[in-house]
Amino acid sequence: MSGTSTIGEAAIQAGCKYYFGYPITPQNALPEYMAQRLSEVPGGVFLQAESEIAAINMLLGASVAGARAMTSSSSPGISLKQEGISYMAGQELPAVIVNVMRGGPGLGTIYPAQSDYFQSTRGGGHGDYRTVVLAPDSVQELADMTALAFDLADNYRTPVIVLADGVLAQMMEPVRIPSRKRKKLPAKNYILTGAKGRPSRIIHSFTMDPKEQEDHNWKLVRKYKQIEQREVRYESFLLEDAEMVVVAYGTAARIAKGAIKRLRKENLKVGMIRPITLWPFPTKIIQETVKYIHDFFVFEMSAGQMIEDVRLSLEGKGRIHFYGRPGGVIPAPVELYRIISRHYYQSKRKKGR
Amino acid sequence: MKKINSRPASLKEAPFHYCPGCGHSIVHRLVAEVIDEMKLREKSICSLGVGCAVVAYKYFDVDTVEAPHGRAAAVATGIKRVRPENIVFTYQGDGDLAAIGTAETLHAANRGELITVIFINNAVYGMTGGQMAPTSLVGQKTTTSPAGRNPLKEGYPLKFSEVLALLGGSSYLERVAVNNPANIRKAKKAIAKAFQHQKKKSGFSVVEILSPCPTNWRMSSVESCRWIDEVMTKVYPLGVIKEKKC
Ligand SMILES: Cc1ncc(C[n+]2csc(CCOP(=O)(O)OP(=O)(O)O)c2C)c(N)n1
Ligand code: SF4
Repeated sequence: MSGTSTIGEAAIQAGCKYYFGYPITPQNALPEYMAQRLSEVPGGVFLQAESEIAAINMLLGASVAGARAMTSSSSPGISLKQEGISYMAGQELPAVIVNVMRGGPGLGTIYPAQSDYFQSTRGGGHGDYRTVVLAPDSVQELADMTALAFDLADNYRTPVIVLADGVLAQMMEPVRIPSRKRKKLPAKNYILTGAKGRPSRIIHSFTMDPKEQEDHNWKLVRKYKQIEQREVRYESFLLEDAEMVVVAYGTAARIAKGAIKRLRKENLKVGMIRPITLWPFPTKIIQETVKYIHDFFVFEMSAGQMIEDVRLSLEGKGRIHFYGRPGGVIPAPVELYRIISRHYYQSKRKKGR
Repeated sequence: MKKINSRPASLKEAPFHYCPGCGHSIVHRLVAEVIDEMKLREKSICSLGVGCAVVAYKYFDVDTVEAPHGRAAAVATGIKRVRPENIVFTYQGDGDLAAIGTAETLHAANRGELITVIFINNAVYGMTGGQMAPTSLVGQKTTTSPAGRNPLKEGYPLKFSEVLALLGGSSYLERVAVNNPANIRKAKKAIAKAFQHQKKKSGFSVVEILSPCPTNWRMSSVESCRWIDEVMTKVYPLGVIKEKKC
């Protein structure tokens, strides 16, 4: 199955019956899949909105009405959605937003990139908030992360971003779509259904009272702390005997894996930490690892964004190497293999001195 | 003693924060009365625009969500698509609806979304301090058109209801005013009719309400009501703009 169809099918299997979106390359195959599939689902709604702004607000409406709903877009469209995402964070509404990233800034390029890391992990819109960011690296993980996104969104009443790129979206791989709801989730006792047999409900983020707003902010912070404690996900790869650790996510991690396999054949001891949640970032494993491995090699398909979180995690310990290819360029594993081996030998030489 | 009037059940017991003579207070009551009389309280969901009435959730005793500025029709669309059995209405000012929310409103109308829009036209941005709105009249002095709105530089008063009437999906549009008892009665009838169109699934319905903002018009309440009659209605004539059979 293709990456885009997989996201769509996994969403439907997770109980998502409502999709709102606006065309933008390279994610168009996803709304096209949803248009077809949701017409076969009883009560399913596919709505092509007049803009990404409209789409995210329709999603807000569907969420406040209690439904599992989704929107998807690509970088420029995600910028337009940020106001809506900020509102949903403030109003504590669950939502799943898929970003199939492309190169930027501006209209940029339609080719795959990882240039929206800052935007995704730092909140993106205005105000003190965070969104959970899931970064799959295979078609199977697209399915698993899409399903997980709905559970996390409902569990914590917060928007969740599935961060992919054009490579993952178009990739064809065998996949098993997880079947619906595995987890017991809190009852949705806040949704708007009409005030029948209960007091009327209000969903808002606005208040004229700064103290009330501060309390609300601290409440959100407590929730984010909980998410940081419970929901960190990462993969570690060949760390045991490694002398250098690559940190990469998504498509970049796949490329890095290819390079590492080659390096290992030549006995270069390189391993990898692959963050699966970009927020919350897997800080602890990096702090554990730097106790016995000095060299960290960050690879991103951007000019360097995740590197800031690696640096923060390292707290001045170890040493960071970086290689980035922004703008939609996809480096081959052999290119990365060459760069990593150069850094590897340089480090070894320095240590030897 | 016989009780002949009381607070509508769909209004909470909270004092309005609106300025004296503001049209929002009157319209709130009318909407609540209609909801009561049509027995819609337990079915209604309100999507609130951002403007002086952004805190209308303190007053309406129905399920309410605050939409981002201008996006109330898109939020209402999402709600209605999930809950077609509910009555979904937006409550928006002219800046919210006819400036920043132009696209969302127009496309919701064009899709014939089964929602009702309560559109408060007070010819200014009230909440932010009386700036020029797309609905401001030619020559109208506001804080951002201090010499009076010059149509050659700032465009003409936007008759947005007339624009919406051109669209296939809109079912009922009427312009009313709340500046005297006779008009207030007509306004209430129009609101009821709009909800009726939604109930009958006839299409998108709008009640545009010419509504005094004495504070930003820098007039007394009485002068404001007169200004609606003598000036505003000349540009925004009252009456039914479109009505499909339903
Ligand atoms: C994105 C965004 N831009 C601007 C504002 C500031 N703002 C709040 S209310 C408002 C206009 C209100 O005017 P109107 O819709 O006519 O309602 P009124 O207050 O007159 O009832 C503006 C510009 C905002 N809240 N959000
Ligand atoms: S500023 Fe105008 S619209 Fe706002 S409450 Fe006062 S009178 Fe009403």
